[in-house]
Amino acid sequence: MRMVDMGNHHFPALARTALANALLATCHEGMSKVVYGASGGEANDIAIKSARYASKRKKIVSIFRAYHGNTGLSLGATDERFSERFLSGRPDEFVHVRFNDIAAMEEALASREVAAVIMETIPATYGFPMPLPGYLAEVKRLCEEYGSIYIADEVQTGLMRTGEMWAIYGYGVEPDILVTAKGISGGLYPLSAVVLNERCGQWLDEDGWGHISTGAGSELGCVVGLKVLEITQRPAVRAMVQAASAHFAEGLGAIASSQPDWLIGLRQNGLVMGLEFNHPEGAKLVSRALYDNGVWAIFATFDTRVLQFKPGLLLSPDDCDDLLDRVAVSVAEAGERVS
Amino acid sequence: MTGPPVSNDPVARARMMLQAGQWAAARFRAYDHGSVRNIVAGVARAGHEHATALAKATVEETGYGVAEDKATKNRIASLGIAEHYDGDDFVTPRVDAQHRIVEVPKPAGVIFALIPSTNPVSTLYFKVILALMTRNAVVVSPHPGARQVCMDACALLRDAALQAGAPRGTIQIVDEPSIPLIEALMGDPHTNVILATGGTGVVRAAYQSGTPAIGVGPGNAPVMVDRTADAAAAAKDLVDSKAFDNSLLCSAESVLIADAEIAKRLTAELTRAGAHICAPEETERLRSYLFPDGHLNLEAVGQSAATVARSAGIRTSTRTRLLVTPLALVIPEEPLASEKMCPVLGLNIQPDPGAAIRAARAVLRVAGAGHSAAIHSNDPDVVIAFSEALDVLRVVVNAPNSTGVAGFDTNVAPTMTVGTGFTGRSSLGENLEPRHLVNWSRVAYNKNEAIAFPDFEALRPWERIFKPQGIPHVEETTDASQELREQIRQLVLEELRDLVGSR
Repeated sequence: MRMVDMGNHHFPALARTALANALLATCHEGMSKVVYGASGGEANDIAIKSARYASKRKKIVSIFRAYHGNTGLSLGATDERFSERFLSGRPDEFVHVRFNDIAAMEEALASREVAAVIMETIPATYGFPMPLPGYLAEVKRLCEEYGSIYIADEVQTGLMRTGEMWAIYGYGVEPDILVTAKGISGGLYPLSAVVLNERCGQWLDEDGWGHISTGAGSELGCVVGLKVLEITQRPAVRAMVQAASAHFAEGLGAIASSQPDWLIGLRQNGLVMGLEFNHPEGAKLVSRALYDNGVWAIFATFDTRVLQFKPGLLLSPDDCDDLLDRVAVSVAEAGERVS
Repeated sequence: MTGPPVSNDPVARARMMLQAGQWAAARFRAYDHGSVRNIVAGVARAGHEHATALAKATVEETGYGVAEDKATKNRIASLGIAEHYDGDDFVTPRVDAQHRIVEVPKPAGVIFALIPSTNPVSTLYFKVILALMTRNAVVVSPHPGARQVCMDACALLRDAALQAGAPRGTIQIVDEPSIPLIEALMGDPHTNVILATGGTGVVRAAYQSGTPAIGVGPGNAPVMVDRTADAAAAAKDLVDSKAFDNSLLCSAESVLIADAEIAKRLTAELTRAGAHICAPEETERLRSYLFPDGHLNLEAVGQSAATVARSAGIRTSTRTRLLVTPLALVIPEEPLASEKMCPVLGLNIQPDPGAAIRAARAVLRVAGAGHSAAIHSNDPDVVIAFSEALDVLRVVVNAPNSTGVAGFDTNVAPTMTVGTGFTGRSSLGENLEPRHLVNWSRVAYNKNEAIAFPDFEALRPWERIFKPQGIPHVEETTDASQELREQIRQLVLEELRDLVGSR
């Protein structure tokens, strides 16, 4: 332990370097720098700061009902639900547009005052609405046209959950900045990371201490992160994710067809799933019933009709069947409570 | 000096038994079919004669089960087994002239046979008789909880075998069973194959010993009743099956999955057949009595429904033979969805046969993969769908699972040892039969027809040619053989009539 560095301080460290290289290897050509944080919110702060640095602009566009964290700048990109109480919103700097609305996006960007668009590839707290075909690629094109940076918040959708290392690549988009957190910690040690392209990461060459955070990028966390990347990149894991996704599609489909007036929609990309219920607070009831039956799945904060359904990547077929049984019973129980 | 001058090491003594077994096996493998048949008949007869007395002694010693049912099992595991395999020959070489191959049987050698406390005498009878049919020596290791009755049963069979001409040392028993001793014998090079019946721990240990092993997995049988079933017949089978030896057979039904369409009729019929359907608070009482700390309360094992109910604080009528506990969800953290080893049956109601099949799969996720399941249905499509969906190697249809799996009420091989196959982590996917205890040398001639393949049939009887000097050959006369066969047949018919009549 005497040889392990605990954070983003003034000394180089092997594990931080190794993880940075491993992260860059998972990204497209042109990504060149990695900055560490301790949480997803901090990582989005770093992303926004980097975009402002690179574009020399201040405005940030995020989607209506978004969630990017509770720290300073990320809070601005998040729905007001989390900033209002603390008088911490920044409406003049942060603009919200509707998801899947290209015209609204173009209108927001056309002023050429926008530093960056920050988006979850599939917005979790909005109930995992699936991006329409071509939507994300068109947003990226608009960013290029109007000189804005594209920040892909991959905290929820990254790390093989969609069968791709980063979901954004599945939509044919190469972002300028990619943010990862949560899963990269393996649930064991707080860690987040921001991957920057050359332009957005230039500030590190000017001032290596431009973003200091004591616990960020601790070597222990980096070792965990390396292992997470190693596991998630195994071909066997990709195969398992694909098989489990198909299994859930069938199983959830069967549950939906047995209660067509209650479970009215399934949203899915791999193991990113949203279950839509026919009641304004339907997912809250289902969440509760699932909890009673031994399953933790949270409703979407900004659309309580929809349950976020994100099973682990390493489930066995038996685990999946067991989970589906509990879901079937819980969905039915919640449905009875409504009617 | 206070102790004896030399130690009395039970492990060393037991290892010596294996060595003696090797000598016995070496002599036994020279016996001909007639001699083997006489030995098997003598041993089976002796076992049958003492079936009832040993059944009573088993209940007294272990404190569980039903003497009458144990006697039935003992009779089937002695004369029943002898009769079933009477036409089979695991001793004489076979000639396949068409393929130019002669097959010469090679017994395993020394079998190390573990005996559980739940079905001790019947399992001991079964394993010893299978060993004799295949000219193997056997060293029996009884569960400490059934030690004395196993010692008595073993002595009985040993004496009968000796009297019929078997080599001394063919049947032996470990008199001080302990875990270190069992582990030592399982890994001993003089053990040729282990027949492991018992808990998961002992079966896994058998497979890890490095010695070839035939181990069985635990059961946790789901039973499904669909809308096409005969509700009254299904209910009667269920109650009889669960009451049989107080559910000590590993094939006793664990969770009943009822199609909602028949559930009401079925529960009414269950009540009529002697089942008590528990109210929610009664189910809770049973749950905390049977699984006080999440593990099965051994006090309840093999007790009658009335005793279990009384201990759990549930009032039932005197004619109650089965307790049924409704379960909302079949999940691993529901203890009543696991094996209960007493006449308590979970009940889960599902809206349609498809959902019922999924629930039956959930029972097997709790435990019991590879073992068995039962279905009561008159729709062959449902029976096949059920059988395809469930990872079990026996599906008993329209019959009690307890006795169906063991081959008493169905035509699968009668057995006390149920192989659970790959999915149940066993090398054996069938009911244990004598043929599993013998290998065959293939004597293969050149494919070229120009090279002669001799007329081996003309060389019979083989035993006359190859029989070593000094081993007594007990001639069997045709009359005696016929008489014995007839005697056995009568006894078995009587048993089956008793069994069927009592249901």
